Amino acid sequence: MIEIGLGHYLSLGAIIFFLGVIGIFLNRKNVIVILMSIELILLSVNINLISFSIFSGDIVGQIFTMLILTVAAAEAAIGLAIIVIYYRNRGSIRVEDIHGMKG
Amino acid sequence: MLVHSVFFYFFSIIAIFSSLMVITSRNTVNSVFFLILDFISVGCLFIMVGAEFLGMIILIVYVGAVAVLFLFVVMMLNVAEQKQSWFIGKKSTHIPIGLIVSVLILLELLVVVGGWKYKDDLMSSSTLNLSDISNTHQLGLVMYTDYILYFQIAGVILLLSMIGAILLTFRQRKGVKKQSYFNQISRNPSSSIELKDVESNKGVKID
Repeated sequence: MIEIGLGHYLSLGAIIFFLGVIGIFLNRKNVIVILMSIELILLSVNINLISFSIFSGDIVGQIFTMLILTVAAAEAAIGLAIIVIYYRNRGSIRVEDIHGMKG
Repeated sequence: MLVHSVFFYFFSIIAIFSSLMVITSRNTVNSVFFLILDFISVGCLFIMVGAEFLGMIILIVYVGAVAVLFLFVVMMLNVAEQKQSWFIGKKSTHIPIGLIVSVLILLELLVVVGGWKYKDDLMSSSTLNLSDISNTHQLGLVMYTDYILYFQIAGVILLLSMIGAILLTFRQRKGVKKQSYFNQISRNPSSSIELKDVESNKGVKID
């Protein structure tokens, strides 16, 4: 309890990961919250990589964290651009209203 | 060692609470506020555990760019309450929640920056042997030599995402009068002045 080890950080990553997954399924409001849940999931992956990197003394995990961070930023930019043009066309980004893409 | 565990529980409880608030908050703007708080908590955790460069990168890139981008899009689309204005109205909770989040962020930054000189005591519990070169130096030594290909691929990904975002949101509006420098400069008196004879007691029709 007092000694903070690798397991504590991995538990934190797992909790944030599952909160992100729950957020994708639970959300009935709009698509932006889904994108934020994806950001939470990527953040938990970063926590895992960095804690393994620190506790095993290997710097490569932090390199991969930077690559994940790059991909997360690119994904957020593209996703928000898609949301903007969707809102411009339909006037709503509620999850219930998006059933134009069938199959 | 005790300090390490106290700080770990402090930051991780704030991180879990704020990520819970991200997915359950009714208002999208409050979700973005708590997302910012979550990023800052995890960034402080990274700084505390010894990955200082990535903690700072998370503070700069995530909080300074990505979360503000989210906030900007939420404000621009006006999705949370379509008709109620943002900061005026009875039900507006942006200002108190924004104040809570910013006070928490200030507290976390005070903890991290103030505890920096006790860093050696904190790090004694971890198993990573701290050599005399810093974290940023270690990252640079590996990233620009062994992983230079991945570094450049990351740059190409960023370039592609920038081009994609611009192409997706670009639109040419119709019916907007725009200034055309070429037409302005290339006109001359013979093409722009027309002389008409005006008969008396009659008007001139100009189209």
